[in-house]
Amino acid sequence: MPQKTKTTNIFVAGVGGQGILKFSNLLCEVAMNAGLDVKKSEIHGMAQRGGSVTTHVRFGKKVYSPLIPQGSADFLISMEHLEAVRHIRFLNREKGRLIYDPYEIAPPEVYTAQREYPADVEDRIIKFAPNRISIPAFENALKIKNPRAQNVIMLGALSTCLDFTDSLYEDVIKAGFKEKYVESNLKAFKLGKELASG
Amino acid sequence: MSEKKFLSGDEAVAQGAWEAGCHVAAAYPGTPSTEILEAVVGYPDIYCEWSTNEKVAYEVALGASMAGARALYASKHVGLNVAADPFFSSAYIGSHGGLVVVTADDPSMHSSQNEQDNRYYGIAAKVPVLAPSDSQECKDFTKLAFEISEKFNIPVIVRLTTRTSHANGVVICEDRKSLPVKGYEKNVQKNLILPMFARKLHASLEERMLALKEYSDETEINRIEQGTEKAGIISDCVSYTYAKEVYPEAWHLKLGMSHPLPEKKVRELASKVEKIFIVEENDPVIENAVKAMGIDCIGKEKVPRVLELNPDRLREAFFGKKHEDIDTGDVPGRPPALCPGCTHRPVFEILSRLRPVITGDIGCYTLGALPPLNAMDTCVDMGASITAAHGIRKALDQTEDAKQKQKKVVAVIGDSTFFHSGMTGLANVAYNQSNVTVVIMDNRITAMTGHQQHPGTGKTLMGKSTVELDTTQVAKALGIKHVYEVDPYDYKKTKEVLKEAIALEEPSVVITKRACPLYDRTQWEKPYWVNEDECIGCKTCIRLGCPAISFKADKKKSYITPVLCTGCSVCSQVCPKGAIHAAEDKDN
Repeated sequence: MPQKTKTTNIFVAGVGGQGILKFSNLLCEVAMNAGLDVKKSEIHGMAQRGGSVTTHVRFGKKVYSPLIPQGSADFLISMEHLEAVRHIRFLNREKGRLIYDPYEIAPPEVYTAQREYPADVEDRIIKFAPNRISIPAFENALKIKNPRAQNVIMLGALSTCLDFTDSLYEDVIKAGFKEKYVESNLKAFKLGKELASG
Repeated sequence: MSEKKFLSGDEAVAQGAWEAGCHVAAAYPGTPSTEILEAVVGYPDIYCEWSTNEKVAYEVALGASMAGARALYASKHVGLNVAADPFFSSAYIGSHGGLVVVTADDPSMHSSQNEQDNRYYGIAAKVPVLAPSDSQECKDFTKLAFEISEKFNIPVIVRLTTRTSHANGVVICEDRKSLPVKGYEKNVQKNLILPMFARKLHASLEERMLALKEYSDETEINRIEQGTEKAGIISDCVSYTYAKEVYPEAWHLKLGMSHPLPEKKVRELASKVEKIFIVEENDPVIENAVKAMGIDCIGKEKVPRVLELNPDRLREAFFGKKHEDIDTGDVPGRPPALCPGCTHRPVFEILSRLRPVITGDIGCYTLGALPPLNAMDTCVDMGASITAAHGIRKALDQTEDAKQKQKKVVAVIGDSTFFHSGMTGLANVAYNQSNVTVVIMDNRITAMTGHQQHPGTGKTLMGKSTVELDTTQVAKALGIKHVYEVDPYDYKKTKEVLKEAIALEEPSVVITKRACPLYDRTQWEKPYWVNEDECIGCKTCIRLGCPAISFKADKKKSYITPVLCTGCSVCSQVCPKGAIHAAEDKDN
């Protein structure tokens, strides 16, 4: 899908601690190594303390803005159920695709017993994202005994929709993790591909 | 040799400084500028330090420049307020070695208390302002800034914003140009701003700015890009990328140097187009300058002044088209919160029960103001907790209203903030004697910005062991008689100490000392657990606002999420029924 002429927009969402920044960095390195111009924007600092975390990833021949306009994300990646709904306005609902983990993390109002986690999240996703694929990445990360690999499973899932070769991903995974975690993350990447294809 | 790297704007500034042969870099951490020095430390050719505050950092850089070194100062926008005094004078003094001032503004206040526009500092102090729009330019302009600084004998601002600091792009990296430190030469007429010298320096500064005005028209970083429509856009910083994206058919005057303004190029653009838009974030700095030239333009009446720009907001400004918003229903917010195991949590929980007036400060602990703790009344700027508490106390002392008079006032400040600008305030409390209690939440690190060293940690930015300032000794030396130190994980003791200190009729300091659990994970214990047979569903633990504790509405019992719990034990100490247990209790 990453055409050499058109800019590809990927909006990544989740909750602090889910490895969203790492996911985005790996993806950007892949695009850069494929010879594309790449931009990424993210928010650090106070916004990071357990809050929503988002990054904008854009690649193509020449990229100007580091921010994705609303309604123009080719892919919305969400590592958490509710966060998919929160950022759905960025998705190009006609041509874009939502790739999301239905894993649920309670926001403060929920864990402080002020309200319940909304029960209709999936219904809203169905309504607003006609083109979507659900990837139970966290659940599978637990199965391979590496809960932190949720992000790389999601990367594997996304890779099935992009044109980059597997070796480009494998190279950045090898370079991007400490040696003892490389094998587990390569496995997670492969698992993500299987989950998206299966 | 050149190499492609995927760098954030902050990292690119560091790379640019290194390539330019920079010798000394000084800063105080502050989002979004922190990563500049964190990247600089990766280049051993540059001496770098976390200074105690921005004023100190600025003067360190200025001193290094006086000695003929290329020197870099970096801070967030409000940091330059702290350094404003030496900054203004340094424009008069100029540079010997190149002096580059990096300010990272934060439109939209992603992690700041205001969205002040630091381009005004360039105008007010008469210092040129460079305006990179992406990572490549962050690197290139930092290098160029050193050259301009030396050529024109002036400090140079490189102005970033969050969307350049924390945006990554592909950067072509080159080798370092090694330069010797020129060395110190006594020159009082330049470096010692007695009025008799300063009068001449001011005249010289005006001349330097005139020369820079010419440079601004000559330099390639201010360029006109031809368009196909009769509209022109003048933009700087990241705004250029949005304008280019949304309106590529327009003519663009891209300002790489926004002050002084390249007036000839502005007039040239005006001669080519029928209308001119000014695209800049926050204040109408360029707009005002263009209008002062007598050129009509469309600026802040269309382009929003509050919060950062983005392609959507610009599209609306240019074409009146608003992106169709969809109603996805109610989505509960996910604001930042104190982390599980946060050492500040028990202190705030106790203060929320004691209900004094609580003046806060800048750091993670400002989050203590949020529900359910609601344990903070004010937050102004670095160090204002102590000084504002003093002022409130003095005012309340003046009232006739007994209830107001009896109010207790507690200041809450972090360790790094205390060394930054709390010490002078505490000296003032002692000197002018006000009955306030200052709680120094000493978590042994600058936590908010991502764990930077400070004078109380015993380590420097470059990883060297050094003297460790003892907060207790400092407070005593500053004239405070009653100084307590307590482990905030010991809930009962902390409560006793706070009560005692607040009840005193003299100034007091309570140091709640324990390392930030995210910085020092060695103190983590196994997760605690709730015995549902003992839990009465009173929600006392829920009032702590710990992300690891939730309330199961169906069972009316609390629950601890094991993967989130750090084993700090505070919830087990507040539980009135002793229903929360350490892991080993379960094993037994």
